[in-house]
Amino acid sequence: MSIAVAHGHDADLIGLEAEHPGPAPKRIVTGYGFWIFLLSDMVMFSCFFAAYAVLLGQTAGGPTGAQLFNLRNVAVETACLLFSSFACGMASIAAEERNYLWFQIAMAVTCLLGLAFLTIEFREFADLVARGAGPSRSAFLSAFFTLVGCHGGHVSAGILWLLTMMAQVSAKGFRADIRRRFLCFALFWHALDIIWVAVFSVVYLLGSAA
Amino acid sequence: MSDVELHHQADLAPGDEEGVSVQLRVLGYLIGLGLAIVLTATSFFIAGTDLVWQPSIPVAIIVLAIAQMGVHLVFFLHITTGADNTNNVMALAFGLLIVFLVIGGSLWIMANLNQHMLPMDQIMQMQR
Repeated sequence: MSIAVAHGHDADLIGLEAEHPGPAPKRIVTGYGFWIFLLSDMVMFSCFFAAYAVLLGQTAGGPTGAQLFNLRNVAVETACLLFSSFACGMASIAAEERNYLWFQIAMAVTCLLGLAFLTIEFREFADLVARGAGPSRSAFLSAFFTLVGCHGGHVSAGILWLLTMMAQVSAKGFRADIRRRFLCFALFWHALDIIWVAVFSVVYLLGSAA
Repeated sequence: MSDVELHHQADLAPGDEEGVSVQLRVLGYLIGLGLAIVLTATSFFIAGTDLVWQPSIPVAIIVLAIAQMGVHLVFFLHITTGADNTNNVMALAFGLLIVFLVIGGSLWIMANLNQHMLPMDQIMQMQR
């Protein structure tokens, strides 16, 4: 009898735990919250994309995208960002495996590729302004600089965050809170690459095809 | 601690992967990278080619871009359709809905207004 009771009790407990597993661990909650932030960031970018699409033809007699864009530069930028996203993925694996050396190597590669991207983009902007095609030239160019510059600003912020993560991991090791921060950083960096896919397709490729 | 982890193995944060070996995880990123390179190279090739019917080029570029975003979501951000990923997917779906409304709605409204507005020089004449 007592065995049967004990057995029934156990079954109840198992049923309870399956239905109410308790609060999710912090890592899940943090990642989900940051995911929602990233989605709101994408909504913000969609507003800039909408503005760009609407203002595409409003060149005020100034140069159009087809006359301004250099697709070879854009291809190099795309490669830089894609490979830095891959390197960031390698850093995620290293962080999960708590492999300090590979983590720092992968993060350094991510950082260098991100900086290469920013350098090329900055030179492109400086070149446009020098040729009289700055953001004040036409509504089209205002929208272009806002959209692409906003992405570049995100990449710059991401690089600051990346360097902070490298320093924090070297100072504090792979503590649970540091790894949560790194999870968010990796999400941020991959999301920037997704936005860049939209930028090079919509702005540069469609702009020079049309 | 391992007990707690056992109970929560079903939960996944975005970017998480279930417990698979390092080789398999690296392979996942490599597949994602390969697919992304192929899609990107195709977009750049199509944008400058004369080989295909010209009006199809913008459509092809958009389709390739959407495909590449999907590749990034699956292989880099690890968003899957598994039952444990429902929250992440629902948030993504809501985000996509808003993105679609903002971009599609803006283009639709502005094109409609353009169609109904007189050309600028005629407006100037009416104001005289």
